[in-house]
Amino acid sequence: MSPTKSAKTLYDKIWDAHVAHEADDGTCLLYIDRHLVHEVTSPQAFEGLRMTNRTVRKPQQTIAVPDHNVPTTLDRANGGMNEESRIQVEALDKNAKDFGIHYYPVSDVRQGIVHIVGPEQGWTLPGMTVVCGDSHTATHGAFGALAHGIGTSEVEHVLATQTLIQKKSKNMKVEITGKLRPGVTAKDITLSVIGVTGTAGGTGYVIEYCGEAIRDLSMEGRMTVCNMAIEGGARAGLIAPDEKTFEYCMGRPHAPKGAQWEAAVAWWKTLFSDEDAHWDKVITLKGEDIAPVVTWGTSPEDVLPITANVPSPSDFKGGKVDAAQRSLDYMGLTPGTPLSEVEIDTVFIGSCTNGRIEDLRAAAAILKGKKIKDGMRAMIVPGSGLVRAQAEEEGLADIFKEAGFEWRLAGCSMCLAMNPDQLSPGERCAATSNRNFEGRQGRGGRTHLMSPAMAAAAAITGRLTDVRDLM
Amino acid sequence: MDKFETITGVAAPMPMINIDTDMIIPKNFLKTIKRSGLGVNLFDEMRYDDDRNEIPDFVLNKDAYRNTEILVTGDNFGCGSSREHAPWAIKDFGIRCVIAPSFADIFFNNCFKNGILPIALPQEQVDLLMKDAEKGSNARMTVDLGAQTITTSDGEVIRFDVDPFKKHCLMEGLDDIGLTMAKADDIASFEAKSSAERPWV
Ligand code: SF4
Repeated sequence: MSPTKSAKTLYDKIWDAHVAHEADDGTCLLYIDRHLVHEVTSPQAFEGLRMTNRTVRKPQQTIAVPDHNVPTTLDRANGGMNEESRIQVEALDKNAKDFGIHYYPVSDVRQGIVHIVGPEQGWTLPGMTVVCGDSHTATHGAFGALAHGIGTSEVEHVLATQTLIQKKSKNMKVEITGKLRPGVTAKDITLSVIGVTGTAGGTGYVIEYCGEAIRDLSMEGRMTVCNMAIEGGARAGLIAPDEKTFEYCMGRPHAPKGAQWEAAVAWWKTLFSDEDAHWDKVITLKGEDIAPVVTWGTSPEDVLPITANVPSPSDFKGGKVDAAQRSLDYMGLTPGTPLSEVEIDTVFIGSCTNGRIEDLRAAAAILKGKKIKDGMRAMIVPGSGLVRAQAEEEGLADIFKEAGFEWRLAGCSMCLAMNPDQLSPGERCAATSNRNFEGRQGRGGRTHLMSPAMAAAAAITGRLTDVRDLM
Repeated sequence: MDKFETITGVAAPMPMINIDTDMIIPKNFLKTIKRSGLGVNLFDEMRYDDDRNEIPDFVLNKDAYRNTEILVTGDNFGCGSSREHAPWAIKDFGIRCVIAPSFADIFFNNCFKNGILPIALPQEQVDLLMKDAEKGSNARMTVDLGAQTITTSDGEVIRFDVDPFKKHCLMEGLDDIGLTMAKADDIASFEAKSSAERPWV
């Protein structure tokens, strides 16, 4: 069927429902339903409001939580925060109070990574527009919400006007057909997609992920997939809401109740891409073809199945030849080495990509009754205080502690290493986070991205490991 | 915001692709609650060694490029995090224009909010400008936003595209928030309509 004019993608539908003003040149004021705020990218925005005597237009739609640089060690209540971090967290405390916005302070059990707290508390709901001064806001797209990261000037703009100046992106469909094989997870899907598109392949697009393998994922898995849409360059990632989505949202503290719930679900059920909608770009992967993967380089597109060997710069073309050489030098890897022989020093399980309960269950399933390799530094940082509490209730925390993992408090931690959790130069880490950039986890630190199950396997053997060998 | 009309200045070549925001401004400098003062830490890990001495090979440490105002660089510049500290650091250093084959979306937007002009050009034209930039401080490039042209030190002229609204804001130094607040009635009527249709929001 050829695309008809009235046929719309999911993105088109959400976009159309939020345009508050459109100028002749297509520049729109997009209305923002939920604005999430954290301590690192907001102080300058609040300072801007104060300097211009402006207020927050919709404090009841604005939610703040400190996460990026709070310590995750058990003693954080008694200080342990450096001076600069303390100033940022105190600034957020004060800004939340002065402007009357919802706030989850460090002492609150609901505190955690902003992208985990939003869905957990029912702030994120299908069909909403959600923004945050953090690029992994794409996570919320798992609910069929249009969610993306913004800069601090835009944070100030949204605080003051509850809108964002935007032009519409193009529509891209990423379809994952069929079933995943055992040992293959949402993280492997999202990394594999970036391996195919490259880190700039999604630039200018909003991606909708669809297909049987996506439908089969839990809400946690869908959040993992959308979380990394930004690593493929896309403005946002989306997954159409379905019964699983509604079930996840139902009963959450800020989800609608009663008749409002019924009305909301009725609208949410209209949120899907029409069959004959127009796509500017389509990518299809077979679920069966996706293997457990790891990254070998310093860009999230440097993805290979764990069964592969370290590539050589001559395998690439154009600017990527030099980039690959630089990556290999930085990562201290020799072309031709089997990835499964690369030894690691550290394991980090956590972040907004893989810090949810299902991720911890997947890691625990591998770690149960096992010990991490001697000398290994390994930590698990739950994505929120509530995830931590649930993991303790389910007995997962005991499995981790018995295996030799440190069991931390919630925060971003070693995902970006703004708090004291950092790699030292040359230290090699198996990480479940989303970025393997040079210095991301500490100056000179070497990061390999993978799923929680793969990271757990690596902790046991002391090298990058095919989790299927331990299953 | 500072106006951007025409600049003539030194252009520095940085041919790497995928220069990410962690390279532009590492996270240990994100703990500030101010917008200013980040220029000394621009490209910090490439620019200084562990003892905080300058690495002589790094382009901005060379005498010819200390006063760089234009950066010519590789594909996908500014990928990674949304941190506006990246454009703040670039601006604070004195760079007002970045030229590359492509930019990451959030970084690209953040530039305009800070009086920086990002210009995306086809690879061949970037290559040509890269060569020109390699000539050092005697080769000064001119970027004219009004005319939408770049003039190399040899007088070669390259045209570029820019979104008309963004161009207008940059040339006039306009504050977006002020512009949007002038549309407060539109926003209020949207809110009235949507709270009837989607009261749960
Ligand atoms: S966990 Fe990492 S990617 Fe996620 S919000 Fe925190 S710093 Fe950003």
